[in-house]
Amino acid sequence: MIEKRTTSALLYLDGVSVSFDGFKAINNLSLTIEPGEMRAIIGPNGAGKTTMMDIVTGKTRPDEGDVFFEGGSIDLTKLDETEIAILGIGRKFQKPTVFDMHTVEDNLLLALRDDRRVRGTLVWDTSKSQEERIDALLDTIRLKAVRSRVAGSLSHGQKQWLEIGMLLAQEPKLLLVDEPVAGMTDAETQQTAELLREINKTKTVVVVEHDMHFVRELGVKVTCLHEGQVLAEGSIDDVSQNERVVEVYLGR
Amino acid sequence: MRAFPLTRMLDRGAQLFLVLLGAFAIAVPVLNLMMPAGSALHVSTYLVTLFGKYVCYALLALSIDLIWGYAGILSLGHGAFFALGGYAMGMYLMRQIGTRGVYAHPILPDFMVFLNWPELPLYWYGFNYFAYAALMVVLVPGLLAFIFGWFAFRSRVTGVYLSIITQALTFALMLGFFRNNFGFGGNNGLTDFKDILGFNVQSEATRNTLFFVSCLALGLGFLICRALVTSKYGKVLISIRDAEARTRFLGYRVEAYKLFVFTLSACMAGVAGALYVPQVGIINPGEFAPANSIEAVIWVAVGGRGTLTGAVLGAFVVNYAKTYFTTGFLAPYWLFVLGGLFIAVTLLLPRGIVGTIEYWRASRGEKKAAAQAAPQAAE
Repeated sequence: MIEKRTTSALLYLDGVSVSFDGFKAINNLSLTIEPGEMRAIIGPNGAGKTTMMDIVTGKTRPDEGDVFFEGGSIDLTKLDETEIAILGIGRKFQKPTVFDMHTVEDNLLLALRDDRRVRGTLVWDTSKSQEERIDALLDTIRLKAVRSRVAGSLSHGQKQWLEIGMLLAQEPKLLLVDEPVAGMTDAETQQTAELLREINKTKTVVVVEHDMHFVRELGVKVTCLHEGQVLAEGSIDDVSQNERVVEVYLGR
Repeated sequence: MRAFPLTRMLDRGAQLFLVLLGAFAIAVPVLNLMMPAGSALHVSTYLVTLFGKYVCYALLALSIDLIWGYAGILSLGHGAFFALGGYAMGMYLMRQIGTRGVYAHPILPDFMVFLNWPELPLYWYGFNYFAYAALMVVLVPGLLAFIFGWFAFRSRVTGVYLSIITQALTFALMLGFFRNNFGFGGNNGLTDFKDILGFNVQSEATRNTLFFVSCLALGLGFLICRALVTSKYGKVLISIRDAEARTRFLGYRVEAYKLFVFTLSACMAGVAGALYVPQVGIINPGEFAPANSIEAVIWVAVGGRGTLTGAVLGAFVVNYAKTYFTTGFLAPYWLFVLGGLFIAVTLLLPRGIVGTIEYWRASRGEKKAAAQAAPQAAE
């Protein structure tokens, strides 16, 4: 049986492997994220970035390896998406996924940390503090002006922010953010970097990103994945000068 | 800032619907009982029963719209729950016949005497009591839906796969109920009803009462649906419909939400079936036919998915058309009309009748708001 490990890490992956139809998407991956850290994860297409998020959030079960949360006290491989979300891991998808038919406010209301059971939503009341919380979130994600518009009518960048706002509303301990600036303008990219740094003041964040400028902007520790394994880890300058990384990225 | 739930639940559309339904529920019996038979305003008893039938169909359509329009669960087997409710009521009505049957057996229904069954099967016990039968009307479809949904939703069967297995469910039940040894009258089903709660099912007064009670059930069903879809629960349902994975990653247990609404919807369909049976005077395995369930989905599509009032309107419009086309020289063409209607609605009115009206109104309102906001934005 897997023994419980003692570690200070918030998220701890050790020797994780998963394969789909013989293809090893993740191959003996080990990774630790310390509490309060912001980590950028880069890597070429098919490096296993999204699969890693799938494993952490319970969407995919690893074939082998350990995935622990909160200093090794919780085994994430035994839980499903809902349980992991309630535990405090929020996830932003690669493609912005918000509830198009709901207003911006309602999107946040649904994401607010609250009773998630059927009973809790049948008889509910939006309290004063919840409304204040929604207001504060709207300020953070800069969407106050469009609060009563349906989310489907927002621009791509606004949807990305709304989804980040929904993540925050969940009050997670760990945020997994998949390609937050894909398809954003330069100005929006910069604002998103600011937003993530702001969030990182109180929460642990893992960002998966292709955009090297953006990663540089974040200025945090970088992990480069390749073929389901950690290829290099360190500051953006170290990693981008690493020969193996250059080889993988330029395909030499 | 947020409207009081009751005012949101009973918005203008809902109020209008309830007023119209109330007027219909009162006007039809009054015009049937008070007006002399020769009068132009007289509503014949045939029409009362016909309308009563439509109202039951409308309740079935409402139950389908609740799960399809709001939770994205397309059940192509909802006729099964309707039929089960109908059978539960039929069993009560059979037990009321007593010695007036052809074989005059005090306990056994005619078909059991005919099959030489020595005694009443255990599962027919209790159906001589109306309260017990009424309970079964809700309980049996509800329980089946709960068990079915438990497995289907937990295994994350969605979309077209779910539609197919609901279709298989109703088909399997149809085959079962066709068998004589199943104990529900085989292909003849249950019929020759005499009394309901001591009143003759054929009498004008009973027919008017059944019509009125059906309208009442429809109104109540509508209120329950409105309360549900305007609550936070309803918002979660819409979220599941539009982005199931997102909802799950927010920490909502999607399968529990689906299971609750699916079970409730099946109970509503059961009530619709139970009210339908005494009015049409028969329930047979044909009610389980997959085509029936598909037709009910077409009613909802025509009226407007996800609008509730549209489901009711669709049930009335399509069934009126069906009555019109299947009586008289057009009878052979009904299926062409139904098919044509479905194609026309899908191509020309993808939102359905009510859905299109709502869309027009919403986009007009948006334009107005944009026109008002524009001068400010220009500054």
